Order: sequence, then C-alpha cells, then structure tokens
Amino acid sequence: MSVPGTENAAAQQANGQQPAPPDSDDDILVRIENVKKYFPIKSVGFTRRTVGQVHAVDDVSLTIPRGRTLGLVGETGCGKSTLARCVAGLIPITSGSITFDGQKISGLSRRAMQPFRREIQMIFQDPYGSLNPRQRVGSIIGEPFAIHNMASGNDRKKRVQELMERVGLNPEHFNRFPAEFSGGQRQRIGVARALAVRPKLIICDEPVSALDVSIQAQVLNLLADLQDEFGLSYLFIAHDLEVVRHVSHAVAVMYLGRIAEAGPKDPVYDHPRHPYTAALLSAAPAADPRTAAQRQRIILVGDVPSPIDPPSGCRFHPRCPKAQDLCQHEDPPLEVKPGDPVTHQAACHFPVQDGEDLATAGSATSAAGSRESA
Amino acid sequence: MSITELEFEAASAESAPEQAIEGRSQWQLTWRRLSHDKVAVISLIIIVIMIALAIAAPAFAALTGHPPNSAYPNTGENAAGLPVSPGTNGFWLGTDGTGRDLLVRILYGARISLFVGVLTTVIATVAGVTIGMVAGYFGGVVDTVLSRFVDAVLAFPYVVLALALAVVLGPSLPVIIGVISFFSWAGISRIVRGQTLSIKEKEYIEAARSLGAGPFRIMFVHILPNLLAPVLVLATLYIPQAIIFEATLSYLGLGIQQPTASWGNILGDAQNFYQQAWWYVVFPAAALLITTLAFNLLGDGIRDAMDPRTERIFAASRARKLARARRRSRRRGQGDLPTASAPGEA
Repeated sequence: MSVPGTENAAAQQANGQQPAPPDSDDDILVRIENVKKYFPIKSVGFTRRTVGQVHAVDDVSLTIPRGRTLGLVGETGCGKSTLARCVAGLIPITSGSITFDGQKISGLSRRAMQPFRREIQMIFQDPYGSLNPRQRVGSIIGEPFAIHNMASGNDRKKRVQELMERVGLNPEHFNRFPAEFSGGQRQRIGVARALAVRPKLIICDEPVSALDVSIQAQVLNLLADLQDEFGLSYLFIAHDLEVVRHVSHAVAVMYLGRIAEAGPKDPVYDHPRHPYTAALLSAAPAADPRTAAQRQRIILVGDVPSPIDPPSGCRFHPRCPKAQDLCQHEDPPLEVKPGDPVTHQAACHFPVQDGEDLATAGSATSAAGSRESA
Repeated sequence: MSITELEFEAASAESAPEQAIEGRSQWQLTWRRLSHDKVAVISLIIIVIMIALAIAAPAFAALTGHPPNSAYPNTGENAAGLPVSPGTNGFWLGTDGTGRDLLVRILYGARISLFVGVLTTVIATVAGVTIGMVAGYFGGVVDTVLSRFVDAVLAFPYVVLALALAVVLGPSLPVIIGVISFFSWAGISRIVRGQTLSIKEKEYIEAARSLGAGPFRIMFVHILPNLLAPVLVLATLYIPQAIIFEATLSYLGLGIQQPTASWGNILGDAQNFYQQAWWYVVFPAAALLITTLAFNLLGDGIRDAMDPRTERIFAASRARKLARARRRSRRRGQGDLPTASAPGEA
C-alpha cells in the first residue's frame, strides 16, 4: 500500500469553486487518494491462475467538495463506474484510500461500513433494472428504513409518502409495482430511495442517460432542487458533456483509468488543456447548427487501447494529435498549467493553448476507419 | 410515443390521478390468465375433487359399510374365490383379491399418494431452493462443494438406490418420503442455482447492497420472490413424479405395505388377477393416470400463465372474437374486413 505522489493529492484538495486554502478539510466531503482498482483475469480451468489484470482505475486522486457536484466524464470503459462503485463501497479497492467526512472508509468490513451506507447513496443508470420488479414501490422506498431500523409501521409509510411527494410522485401509488411506472417516474423512485436516509453524498451513475431528453431535464432539475434543499453532494457520472456542464460545479475527465483533466467546470470547458478533453468537447453535438458547422471536429485516430495492457507513458499518446517522443516514455503528472487557476489541472506534457488548431494536426495523421469518441 | 409519454409524465407529476391505486401483482395477473385456460381450470377442478375424495375416504367407508382393511370372504368373493365385479353385493367398484372393497381402498390409496406427493415435493422444494440459492449467491468454494454434491445425487441410478435403501431401512412411510425427497431436491437445486446466478447480477441487487442490505435480506427479499415463478411450476410438475415414484416402490413391494392401501400396491396385487377381474387393474390405474395427468397439465398451465409471451391461452378467445366480427361484417355485406392478426402481434 505505497502511496506515491502525495504532493499531487495535496494540490487537488482545492477542487471547489474558488481557490480554497489547501487542507481545509471542512470543505471536502470525499477525498479519493491514489485509488487503484485492478480486476484479475483468471485462466480458465482447474488452477484458475491470474494471467493478467484489468487496470480499471489506475492511481486516481479526486476530491468531492461538500454541497457541490463533481461531474465525472469519459467514454464507456474508462473506469468511471468502477470508481463510483469503489466510493460506494460496493467493491474493494486494490490500493489507495478513500476518506469520507474525515474518516477512512476504504478497506472496512461490511459491518464497519454500515454507518457510512446511510451517508452514501447511489442512483443507478437503468431505471428498469435498478428496481426489484416484485417489490411494491412503498417497500422499495421504505427499504433503507428497514435496513437501518429507522422507522416502521405507519411512521415508515408516512415518511415514504412524504418522499414520494417530494420527488414528484403521487403518494397514493405506494402500493403499485415498478412496472406500472414510466422510465422517468421509475428514476424518481430511485431518487426517493436514495434520499430516504438523508445521505450526505449521492453517487449518480449516469442517472439520466436512459431517459428521454425532456425527462432528463425534469430529473436533473429535481436533483438540483434536492441539492439546495438538503445540502447534498453529488458525484455525477455521465458521458453527456452538456448534462455534466449543466449540473456540475467541478469536472473531472477520465481516460483509460486515469484523470486526464480536472477543475472547475468553466475553465475546463472553455479552456481545455488536455487534448483528450478538447477532442471530447469538439465531438459533442451542438444545439445550434451554425455553431456546429463552424466548429472544427478533432478526429481521434484508432480505438481506446485495452486497459489490460495500457500504453506506456501518457495513456493517450497513441491517439493524441500532439504526441511526441516524451509522451511515450514519461507519464505526465496531473498539475496546474501556466496561466490556469490553481484548481484546474491537466495531465499533459504539451497542454493545448487557447485557440490552437488541433483539428488539422489531427487530420494530418488520421487514417481511414478512424473513430471519434463521445 | 414520446409526446404521449410526456403528457402522461406531466399529468402524473402535476395533478395526481385518483383512479386505480392498488397495483396488480404478478400473482393476480397469473391467476387471471390461468382462469382463462380451460385445460388448467379442469385440471385444477380434478385435483380439488381428488383431494376432497381422499379426505372423504372414511365417509365412503361408512357409507358402504366396508372399512378399508376388512375382507369379505362371503360377499366379496365368488364361488371360485375370485373378486366380484363392480356393482355386486354393494361393492361399487368390485372387490380385490382378498375380497376387500376396491373403491374404499382406492380412496384410502389416494390419501397416501397425495400426501406423499405433496409432502415430498414441499421438502424437496425447500431443500432445493435453499441449497441452490446459497450455492448461486455465495459462489466460490461453497458453490463448488454444493454443486458437486448435486451432481453426485443426480448421477445415482435412483430407482436401484431407492430399492436398496428401502430394503436396508425397511419399508415404511417415513423412509419412502425421505427417499423420494432425497432424489427430488437436486434437480430443483440446480435450476434455482442458475436462476440465482442471473438474478444476482441485476442492478437492483447492487442497489440493495449499496443501501446496506446483508446477504440474508438480499436472498429472501430480493432473490427469492423473483425465483418463485419457476419454482412453483417446477414443484407442480414434481408432484406427479413423486406420486409415480411412490407407486413404483409400492408396486415393487418396497413401499407402502399391506394391509395399508396405496395405488402402487393395489396395482401390484392386481397383476395376478387381471385376466379375471379387469376392474382390479383399471380403476386404480385410472386414478393414478388422471391425478398425475391433472398435475402435469396444471403445471403446464401455470408455466404458460406466468410467461406473458404465451399465446396459447388467448389464441382461442381471440379467434372466437375474430370469427364473430367477421360474421357480423358479412351480415352487413361489407366483406371480410378484419383479417387474422399474426401470432405474437398483440
């Protein structure tokens, strides 16, 4: 359990809106330090030897400020959901540490973790898969009360109905089954269940990507209202950049198990320093067709490399339009680039300058069959 | 689609509709479908009648004045010492080889058969579900040990082993129930394990874990209710198997012992008389056949009713409606407008 690069983590503590004084623990709810999660690959057969490892999350340090939303973006398979499950305590981490409210929660036994389960709740991506089809809505939302012995009988029913009302469901429907609700309503049930035990942190794992756009807005607004009302912190995972921009105070971009860039949302969106962030932003569809026509798309070459055997040096170098020799050999640290606020960090040897034309650099090397990522 | 969904969404969010508050559960829906299935309903009625007859066996004994184990050498046997035919001397279904009332003995046999069938199925189901669920949920070493045990039980030539056990332990009702249960749970366990493995990966299990639910809560609140449908079908289909298993053992003389009546030992005795007394074979065999057939057809019906994709049940009523509509349109002289809908469309 060696913890290298603690100076990195120290620089990251101030991930809030303003450059807060470092080490102000009061503003930080969750501190993720050098977390690694490797999944062993076992050989088929009797011996089941470990023949390799999936580097799902590799040395990630992040902080979630109190009462704020940290957006985590990245393409499918980059490790964002794995990181979320590590924070929620659903899977053990390989190394590193996760601190919640000043207390270390990584490596705890199930029993020792139990009090923190109340503080950390999750909202899942699939509103159809995340609700037990054989449970009535009342018992789904009331389950946290039952598990934590918080309320029973009529008291529980009353609190469940209050929750249903708060998230915009008809409290008379507590006797219904999940199948009798629409996708948006089901996601509200999930929100009510997460809210039941008054958590401090809610991990939203792509909570709206399975919903219609208009319903997405309703659920996002509900989440924002609840944040104001209860002072909740969110770890908000999505691959939709506009959704993340809408809900987040701070943003972290993940690529192949690493943080590529992190910082307050406006600097990251307006002045991306990492070429991957720039490419992601350029690939996001624009609402206005005129803006879309003007925008230069950065076309990335090739596919995401396998997390079983990630590239040497900078993990992005095989696809990066700016890659040079140095990138192949040396892993760039996550650090503040010249001219940026101290909270905005990027892991790149050759950060993107404002107004730099990456599109032409990219197209020079782009081959047929290239794919942009979203 | 999205517009209507929107409107619905908006309506339910703003002004709460008042109607239809109580949700319909899976069981209510299954029952509704099952009640449309004629074969299943008839099977269910037959089973209920069989159970009622078995319960009423002493009443029949009193009514005919023939207790199940009393022989009537004078009235129950003819001059040659053979069984008398149905209807003679107040024996409604005739008598057996020793001059006992066949009807009363078949009804007492029904008590044994149904009791053994249901009880062994209950024992096998509880054991099979518990072991399968534990193996599937915990996985790893637990799964390996339990699954190999299941394989071993399934690999036994069970009739031979059951006979050996019955010989060694001596034939008695508890031994028979134990033997049949022991050879029935493994199949249920294997299916339950597979189902558990698939349910375990569902997101709502992860949601429950993130709420802090322990393994027992997850197994009993979240996995078990989702297992019940396949298990119920399986159990209904195991009852006739157990009844036949009991009859087989009794037929071979290693099950229920004389003078206690069981369908199996009645049939076993009947084989010495079948050329002289057809009723001696036909009536107990018919009782066995009808009962097991009814359980099997009911099991099929339940399986279809649980599966919303089943077409069979509604196909007939839909065809009837269609025919009626066509007749009506022909009367109006509009030609054959309604065309048959392709199966799987509705």
